[in-house]
Amino acid sequence: MAAHLKKRVYEEFSKVVQIPHEEAPAKKLRLSKPSKSAALHIDLCKATNSTDALQYLLQFARKPVEAESVEGVVRILLEHYYKETDNSVRLKIASLLGLLSKTQGFSPDCIVDDAINTLSNEKSHQVLAQLLDTLLVIGTQLPESPAVRQRLIEMACKHLSDTYFGVRIKCLQLLGCLGMVDSPLNKDSRGTGNIDRLRDVQSIISDYFGDQDPRVRTAAIKAMLQLHERGMKIHQIIYDQACRLLSDDYEQVRSAAVQMVWVLSQLYPESIVPIPSSNEEIRLVDDAFGKISHMVSDGSWMVRVQAAKTLGSMLQVSPHFLEQTLDKKLMSDLRRKRTAHERAKELFTSGEFSSGRKWADDAPKEKLDTNTVNLIASGACGAFVHGLEDEMFEVRIAAVEALCKLARSSPSFAEKCLDFLVDMFNDEIEEVRLQSIHVLREISMHITLREDQLDTVLAVLEDSSRDIREALHELLCYTNVSTKECIQLALLELLKNLNKYPTDRNSVWKCLKFVGSRHPTLVLPLVSELLSTHPYFDTPEPDMDDPAYIAVLVLVFNAAKSCPTMPALFSDHTFRHYAYLRDSLSHLVPPLRLPGRKQVYGLDSVDSGSGSGSVESAQLFLQQSLNRVSTIQNLEAPGAQDLLDFTIRDLQRLGELQTELAGAADFCATYLRCQLLLMKVGSVCFICRDLKLQIYGFKVKIVVFYLCLVSSGSAGEAILEETYKLEFLYSGLENRHVATIHHVRLQAKALQLVLSARTRQGSAHTPHTHTHLYTHSISLLFLTELPHLQDSFVDKLLELMPRLSSCKPVELVKILQTTLRQSGLLQLKLPEQIHRATATIIEPTGESDNPLRFTSGLVVALDIDATLEHVQDPQNSVKVQVLYPDGQSHVIHPKPGDFRKPGPDRHRLITQVYLSHTAWTGQDGARASTASRHLRPPSREPFRFSKPVKVYIMPKPARR
Amino acid sequence: MQHKIQSLTQDSNHTSPSRAERFHPKLLTLQAHANQPRSVEGAGQDVGRSCILVSIGGKNIMLDCGMHMGYNDDRRFPDFSYITQNGRLTDFLDCVIISHFHLDHCGALPYMSEMVGYDGPIYMTHPTKAICPILLEDFRKITVDKKGETNFFTSQMIKDCMKKVIPLNLHQTVQVDDELEIKAYYAGHVLGAAMVHIKVGSESVVYTGDYNMTPDRHLGAAWIDKCRPDILISESTYATTIRDSKRCRERDFLKKVHETIERGGKVLIPVFALGRAQELCILLETFWERMNLKAPIYFSTGLTEKANHYYKLFITWTNQKIRKTFVQRNMFEFKHIKAFDRSYADNPGPMVVFATPGMLHAGQSLQIFKKWAGNEKNMVIMPGYCVQGTIGHKILNGQRKLEMEGRATLDVKLQVEYMSFSAHADAKGIMQLIRMAEPRNMVLVHGEAVKMEFLKGKIEQEFSIDCYMPANGETITVTTNPSVPVDISLNLLKREMALGGPLPDPKKPRTMHGTLIMKENSLKLVSSEQALKELGLNEHQLRFTCRVQLQDPHSDPDTLHRIYTHLKSVLKGYTIQHLPDGTVMVESIVIKVSSSAEDTNTKVLLLSWSYQDEDLGSFLSTLLKKGLPSGLC
Repeated sequence: MAAHLKKRVYEEFSKVVQIPHEEAPAKKLRLSKPSKSAALHIDLCKATNSTDALQYLLQFARKPVEAESVEGVVRILLEHYYKETDNSVRLKIASLLGLLSKTQGFSPDCIVDDAINTLSNEKSHQVLAQLLDTLLVIGTQLPESPAVRQRLIEMACKHLSDTYFGVRIKCLQLLGCLGMVDSPLNKDSRGTGNIDRLRDVQSIISDYFGDQDPRVRTAAIKAMLQLHERGMKIHQIIYDQACRLLSDDYEQVRSAAVQMVWVLSQLYPESIVPIPSSNEEIRLVDDAFGKISHMVSDGSWMVRVQAAKTLGSMLQVSPHFLEQTLDKKLMSDLRRKRTAHERAKELFTSGEFSSGRKWADDAPKEKLDTNTVNLIASGACGAFVHGLEDEMFEVRIAAVEALCKLARSSPSFAEKCLDFLVDMFNDEIEEVRLQSIHVLREISMHITLREDQLDTVLAVLEDSSRDIREALHELLCYTNVSTKECIQLALLELLKNLNKYPTDRNSVWKCLKFVGSRHPTLVLPLVSELLSTHPYFDTPEPDMDDPAYIAVLVLVFNAAKSCPTMPALFSDHTFRHYAYLRDSLSHLVPPLRLPGRKQVYGLDSVDSGSGSGSVESAQLFLQQSLNRVSTIQNLEAPGAQDLLDFTIRDLQRLGELQTELAGAADFCATYLRCQLLLMKVGSVCFICRDLKLQIYGFKVKIVVFYLCLVSSGSAGEAILEETYKLEFLYSGLENRHVATIHHVRLQAKALQLVLSARTRQGSAHTPHTHTHLYTHSISLLFLTELPHLQDSFVDKLLELMPRLSSCKPVELVKILQTTLRQSGLLQLKLPEQIHRATATIIEPTGESDNPLRFTSGLVVALDIDATLEHVQDPQNSVKVQVLYPDGQSHVIHPKPGDFRKPGPDRHRLITQVYLSHTAWTGQDGARASTASRHLRPPSREPFRFSKPVKVYIMPKPARR
Repeated sequence: MQHKIQSLTQDSNHTSPSRAERFHPKLLTLQAHANQPRSVEGAGQDVGRSCILVSIGGKNIMLDCGMHMGYNDDRRFPDFSYITQNGRLTDFLDCVIISHFHLDHCGALPYMSEMVGYDGPIYMTHPTKAICPILLEDFRKITVDKKGETNFFTSQMIKDCMKKVIPLNLHQTVQVDDELEIKAYYAGHVLGAAMVHIKVGSESVVYTGDYNMTPDRHLGAAWIDKCRPDILISESTYATTIRDSKRCRERDFLKKVHETIERGGKVLIPVFALGRAQELCILLETFWERMNLKAPIYFSTGLTEKANHYYKLFITWTNQKIRKTFVQRNMFEFKHIKAFDRSYADNPGPMVVFATPGMLHAGQSLQIFKKWAGNEKNMVIMPGYCVQGTIGHKILNGQRKLEMEGRATLDVKLQVEYMSFSAHADAKGIMQLIRMAEPRNMVLVHGEAVKMEFLKGKIEQEFSIDCYMPANGETITVTTNPSVPVDISLNLLKREMALGGPLPDPKKPRTMHGTLIMKENSLKLVSSEQALKELGLNEHQLRFTCRVQLQDPHSDPDTLHRIYTHLKSVLKGYTIQHLPDGTVMVESIVIKVSSSAEDTNTKVLLLSWSYQDEDLGSFLSTLLKKGLPSGLC
């Protein structure tokens, strides 16, 4: 028995052993050594010398390797590595190892040991550095494995004393990237003794702040910064070392040291440091601020840029230090001198206009004590004065930006830096000028411009660059001024601007609108002068088409809005002009309550009154309309259609009247239109049997609503189109709304399906694929959105889901049809912050009758200038379409740089499109081409969202 | 090693031959500068002269060779005969370096090279070489053709002189001879202005010439790397001034011009031909471009046109903006600025005219001024300092009625503005340069004594380096601490490296043992064995011996053993052997014990160590003198 048993055991044993023995290796061979690694192996073996081997490796590196074969490849590489004597080949192999361990889906923990092994036997410094780099890659790939990290850090510490700088740099990088951040892990490992050295990665790294090689010093600081980024708290002791490194000989060290000092100042802003050579003490952040300010006059411009940028983010600095940055104690012949800024201010306050005529006007005043003059300013003295005067515009821009950040958080500093910013309006580089104008706008809430300052600001209005002028208009919109003279001055300059550059019309008007509404009391004393009215005599009626006159009116009317006494000063024609402008330029002219006057417009009386009240009432109206619609339970109920029709009409009108609610009203209207369409199409197709005919008749009916319907030939398509518009053309949609839109789209798709099923009853296979996709998309689409869609079409559909997924297409169509009929109107919540994306093409105006002439076959450039409102990500979504008279169209992608962002939710597209056409033989020669903008939802036809503009072009036949 | 710097004045009231003779001619430095007070900014216009002689590492270099515009006799040129007494200049000077083209820095060059006679190399930057002859020729024309002077250099001499000039590029190290090398750095100030770094062996001097640390409309800021020269010779025109930012002044200037033009008035800007004129041109040109103005701007012709041509060519020497945009358009190809013709002055309508000379004392600017002075719509802008007595000075001081020649009076109704644009570094700028270069000594020249005194104090306090301000005719000797390069044998280095830590620490000096061999002008540090071998000498052993008396009642071998255990406990980490022949060896130190003849309790220890173990030996002897601790067995 026993023998028998034994035999059986043996039998089984031998069986067990043999099968895996024979099969597993074979299988493994097939899996992990596919042709790729084998080929590499053969190649490497073939290579007779190192150059060949290197060539093979280079070729190999160009091709990607699949995750499952990486390990095999690595083994072969390592095998070859040990055999190889040539440094360059080993270097390449080492770099390949790093590259391979980055492969997606490959976990490099299996090659850690090998990599570390190779490290200990390597003699060449370069290869050593490369191997450490590979380890770094491996280490970053394995963030979850503390043991591996521990080993890697040990390796790094071991090689830190290498004589080759590259190795030391890599070691420091390794320490920076992998050094222990979390202290608990440290405590655990403290017992193991060996870890004692690792206790403080920071002190190890900081030892290398004094390395002889500047590259190593830089690497050490960078490693420390890396530690900081990974969340390790840098010790304050390092501060002194970092400060010393600020005066290093090498710029990259200084640059990194600036960052280091900044980091420390953010970590320990309030700790106290002593001032050397005196027994005073100051806050660390102030000390650091002073030291970094000092770097603004460094010899290397890279460091200067770094320092200037950094200053901007040191917001905790004390105001005393901050204000020193703008102070550069002037003196002449050892006597204190006032700056031009101070003089200007004094002249202004003394009521005298700046004469500047006298020589020695700037004569120095009091005698200075030589001991108190500090030439190398200790601390922050004059840092920004230097930065703004710097040779390199990169530094100047950085300084301007830093000023902006600091000024935004400190009103008193904003007041002080105003003069300097205004000076920057005169910079030689446009970018700097533009930037300083923008910055001034951003801090404008803190400041009120004096007359002399406004004067210098306004001088820029004559700039030939459109960007600068418009930025300045934008600035004026937000600026507070102090006196009525300022208003007059500003108006005068703006009119001058208008005269010189008539294309600025819109921008100037808009600017005056804000100036008016911001300073009603300052405008009031100017009204009679501005409108040139006279108490006794009638003055001639100004020309209504004069842009300058319109500009004045815009200013006055906007001021009058919050100044009820003003309309009393108007003359008769002013009221007439008001009525006209209110109609033609309603976005610039506010509704006014005009006393003792018959309201010209009935509508005015409705929504004039207190400004905000009208918006509220409009909102109320909107809400009521929506509520009314929501009462419709059954879409087939009599009167439902009419109600929808009327509501849509109301909403459209509301959108026109109330610009604040235009987006919301429009959105609701479009949504309701979709529902209406659904209903109509639905009712048509459900009632009638002869679909084809009915659809045809339906088309004719629908034409009124949608032109595109005719072309697309399908009602479902039209609704789909609308839903896409709803989704992509409006910004500020909430999740709920998106869900509603998706729901409508689903309904539309269902409808489409039903329709197509009806029309092609014979060919059932197309609907089949459709249905399949359909059910699939339902479950995907609505999983997250379901909570918003209680008791709706999709709700019902989901209930029927199990049936749906298994049933035949014909059945499905039936189900869809019934649910579609039963489903009620999904109530639309009032959208609060919805804006419709719009675009207006400012240029070309389309008014010109002069055709663009060019030789046929060649191209002509057409300048395009357009504003886009509420468009998200215009760089990718907005295109320009050109339609040629022969029906050709092509879409042009503007460069990302062509988009500017003058304000929130606003973009400006200034670009050139190239037109070309072959000659045509028509008699008139000139034809139209259209340019318009499109927003492209994924994989669909683009939407136009601006009115097309006509441009006449006339290609001349080329001369032979 | 010493540098000697001497300045000696050429002004009549200071010159005394006997005083000059006191100095050794070979260590002369010649520097002469203005005697006029430089009052307000803008005075830096061609008054004064620079000429400095530096002896460094046995080389004599002349820095700048300027002339004095204020004199019309021999005093205007430096007296070169002082340098060599009677010898030839070429034999004495190794090279001449000219920092920029202003006449107070290069005006005496043809005189020196052609009339006094100098055939050695003259170095200047490319733009300086191009523009310098134009200015010299112009200057020659005025002195010879207009004032009728004789004994002045001729056009041919200027040409010959220029043939001797070797052009320099920025940051290019030029080897003048085997030991002397020079390198030019950008100095701002005017086109082509350079600072020079002069190096002989390990000693170096930086001479700044005139420089500007704030960039302007056409030039960048001066820059130098951390070259740590032994001496930095800096100009100090504005030693006591800290200037306001340039932007305010520019803005004021533009605003005034713009307002006048809008009123329909004419603007006259009297300028000196080169330097500031170009800056103002660029300023107005860009402003016109920006503001779309149409009024014409004229530039009086002549020398300026030629100079403008060179400005166009040397784009690399200008500021960032001009360098970056010249591909589209060279900023010096003025669109709005045209050449002036005499007849244009009577044209109606607004215009801007740049005319020479700058102080309204003669020439075209005065003619135009006379024509326009009567109209209050017009304006004259004085962009610089005006010497007393000139019309410019008078009108700046508010004089409204001017007497012209022939009893005529001129009513000045036009507006007079003063607008200074100076291109010298102010006190802060000078300090900034010092911070950049980190010199070990500082010499201030080209300024007034009182002002320099202030700056000197500041420099000494701030950087704690020595600062000198040589008066006219003074020699300064600056002692340097040159580092002497020594070749070291690799074996020795490696051996010493192995002794210390794994890494050499640059912050801590380390002592090492070796033998210095001086052979044929070269220094070599080798190990002593190798030195012996090389020199064919036998090695001598040097041993110190020392007797230490010790009270110890034990027998000799016991005492020895006690000493052995004692040392073993004290000197851990040393090899201590108790040899059977009755000695203790600590490393190579031998210790023997013998009892004294009289008293057996008094033991005499004999210590003997070689010279190499001096430290350990003396330690042991002091240790043993203290006696053995009683607790030993």
